[in-house]
Amino acid sequence: MAKRRFGEVLLKVDNVSLSFGGVKALEDVSFDTREHEIRAIIGPNGAGKSSMLNVINGFYHPQQGTITFKGKTRKQMRTHDAAAQGIARTFQNIALFKGMTTLDNIMTGRNLKMKKNFLWQALYLGPACREELEHRDFVERVIDFLEIQAIRKTPVGRLPYGLQKRVELGRALAAEPDLLLLDEPMAGMNAEEKEDMCRFIIDVNDEFGTTIVLIEHDMGVVMDLSDRVAVLDYGKLLADGSPDEVRRDKAVVDAYLGTVHD
Amino acid sequence: MAELDTFPKLLVDRAERYAERPANREKEFGIWQSWTWSEVAREVELLACGLKAMGFQRGDKLGIIGDNRPRLYWSMAAAQSLGGVPVPTYQDAVAEEMQYVLEHAGVRFVVVENQEQVDKVLEVTDRCPQLEQIIYDEVRGMREYDRKRLSSYETVQERGRQLLARTPQLWREEIAQGSGSDDAIILYTSGTTGRPKGVVLTHDNVLITAVNSIEFEGLHKDEETLAYLPMAWVGDHIFSYAQAYVAGFCVSCPESASTVMTDLREIGPTYFFAPPAIFENLLTNVMIRIEDAAKLKQKLFRYFMDVAKRVGIRILDGEKVSFSDRLLYAIGDLCVYGPLKNTLGLSRVRLAYTAGEAIGPEIFDFYRSLGINVKQLLGQTEASVFITIQRDGAVRPDTVGPPAPGVEVRIEEDGEVMYRSPGVFKEYYKNPEATAETKTPDGWVHTGDAGFFDDEGHLRVIDRAKDVGKLNNGAMFAPKYIENKLKFFPYIKEAVAFGNGRDHTTVFINIDLEAVGNWAERNGIPYASYQELAARPEVSDMVLESIETVNRDLAADRHLAASQIKRFLILHKELDADDGELTRTRKVRRRIIADRYGVLIEALYSTRDVCHVDTEVTFEDGRKGKISADLKLRDTQTFQPAALAN
Repeated sequence: MAKRRFGEVLLKVDNVSLSFGGVKALEDVSFDTREHEIRAIIGPNGAGKSSMLNVINGFYHPQQGTITFKGKTRKQMRTHDAAAQGIARTFQNIALFKGMTTLDNIMTGRNLKMKKNFLWQALYLGPACREELEHRDFVERVIDFLEIQAIRKTPVGRLPYGLQKRVELGRALAAEPDLLLLDEPMAGMNAEEKEDMCRFIIDVNDEFGTTIVLIEHDMGVVMDLSDRVAVLDYGKLLADGSPDEVRRDKAVVDAYLGTVHD
Repeated sequence: MAELDTFPKLLVDRAERYAERPANREKEFGIWQSWTWSEVAREVELLACGLKAMGFQRGDKLGIIGDNRPRLYWSMAAAQSLGGVPVPTYQDAVAEEMQYVLEHAGVRFVVVENQEQVDKVLEVTDRCPQLEQIIYDEVRGMREYDRKRLSSYETVQERGRQLLARTPQLWREEIAQGSGSDDAIILYTSGTTGRPKGVVLTHDNVLITAVNSIEFEGLHKDEETLAYLPMAWVGDHIFSYAQAYVAGFCVSCPESASTVMTDLREIGPTYFFAPPAIFENLLTNVMIRIEDAAKLKQKLFRYFMDVAKRVGIRILDGEKVSFSDRLLYAIGDLCVYGPLKNTLGLSRVRLAYTAGEAIGPEIFDFYRSLGINVKQLLGQTEASVFITIQRDGAVRPDTVGPPAPGVEVRIEEDGEVMYRSPGVFKEYYKNPEATAETKTPDGWVHTGDAGFFDDEGHLRVIDRAKDVGKLNNGAMFAPKYIENKLKFFPYIKEAVAFGNGRDHTTVFINIDLEAVGNWAERNGIPYASYQELAARPEVSDMVLESIETVNRDLAADRHLAASQIKRFLILHKELDADDGELTRTRKVRRRIIADRYGVLIEALYSTRDVCHVDTEVTFEDGRKGKISADLKLRDTQTFQPAALAN
């Protein structure tokens, strides 16, 4: 495999602190992600990993610190800004529309790209129709990419967990993001589903050059997949570096890994 | 071109005669894309010239690996137009199996579907020194690969375009050099024993067989088919390639392996092939859904299925049926059969074949009673498929019909079926000993099947000749016969019977995860895996019941009464082709199973009632793991032949 090349810093988080009342979820955390990179955030339960993602896409607003995305520094992200600027995400507890089909769910990922207002769309005439077709075409490419043709018209509520996760990834991809946030994309999957998901993540990164920040508990996956790993513990950044460096870091081993992972 | 004695010559002719008619379809991005015969010819021309530019020579072998894709079918024609020989390989084969075929056939160029197959081929290139170039269809994921031995399908066609610009007649000239006696294809038989053998078929073999069968069944250019069975299998080659070229009908390729059922509905084939397992699966699915349906629907279904059972087959066979029954059947067609056939995607089927294994009489009759013309045939790779075919109006569930057109069939003294036909293969590639063993100098071929002709002149096959054995008391033991009887129960997916050289018969059972799973769900029985479900005592009771039914049947037959099943166990894992336990076409490999599970067999012939077993399993990605279990062995009731007679 050729050596991986990364671009400029795409996302930078500086000295972010977030607390809920007396609970400090994040304390003075800083890290960055470069273009085309796969970045993992690991840590024990309650370490603040999901909070970190929520800060990045503006769902939580930190009390301190700044977020720099595509060169623009903000005190806080706002969710719609995040989405409009090319941040998409998946959730730890799948957040799909259960009663809608796979196709419709992924179509919702195109919402921000649709120019026509809802009246046009309701009439489904001329330009609105053309627009819909264009987006449908893109969604079909996502479906092809994730190999979920067989469930195109199945309501997602009826799908097994592993496939729902894949549909959620599809919806995020439909937004053509520059930065993709994945919150435990492999939780609750069996070995085969995990392997598929790994391949999709690598392919997304490879084919579209999408930058990826992911939270994952499966250490094998994290170590194989990511270019750099940030380790959180009780809201603090414990270590940050290549998988190898992190694996050898004593503090990390004590706090999280237990033994040296081989 | 004077005579249409090769497939490329046929293609050139079809491109003129049927220029605007569809030749292939494939669903991509949710929409069916079509290619006309003239477009296909152009695609093949570009690819062939591209191969030529890359150094492909007459007699070279072109490996083809992937799911059914138009481009892979075109690759076959491209290789043939250059006087080369396509060698399709099972797409789900693990790297080792693939390596054997690629090396044995001396493949120089290989066309593969996607990255997955590229990876497999790259894994074995060290051991296939002749292999020079890998051509891939889907570019996805291929960015980071070392370019030296890899080219995309488009680049090859681009090279072809450049070459054609200099020598516009190249393709046609190459085709004109071919003749009917040239090798057309090498198909590796998965073989239930030993290494696979490469069956070499000439253009004459395949073409004459295709022409004969098309005439016999009255197939024409308006047929619709769906190519979904492995391209490496002779049936697919005949049905989706040879017959399509000869009759000029359109072959559609499914969007992906998992969408076949949806695609089937959308295409609505008129001509359909499925091995018995698929017909069984479809029926199981229907039954599961009916059991979940509302009471009224269930009643309606049961009532009209009874009507169909009574008169459906007779109507299909053109027999005399009373007006009131015809009316009832017509209403049933409106309310039940029609919608059901539509759901299955079989509304338009004029002709369906099933072969490869015995089909359960009830399953067979179920489809025929719906008005679907399913017929059985006996086929072999070595025969270019057809040995016998059932004739319309004379279809029986337990025979495979009279000899196919142009085929002679005879029965040896030991009961083995032999045949001679224009489709008889040329040789096993690089294996003259095996060729001599199978084919006599005057062209008769040993099928390896034991059977006999019944009074109507229909062939009945009982078992593989070499598998028919004897129990210690001298009675005949036909394992497959027993296994098939067991497999006709919806809850039993696979069975392996032992008894040759033993005192009595015992069996391994694989339950059908889907059917039993659904049953468990309805009865509130929790389970997490196949292993757990298989170990449930309720499941064991159910299997016991089925076995005793089989025993009762066997007791009624004086030849087979002695082979009633005395003991059985339910295996802790599903038999799997990846573990070598089944062939790629899902036939049981007895010897390997006997080796792997020797402990279990011994336990079945002891008085123990529990046996511990450790089994190594291969996952889909080739990694190995281990599962262990304590299996319960159970006795079954057997019946006195005499007691049943009165």
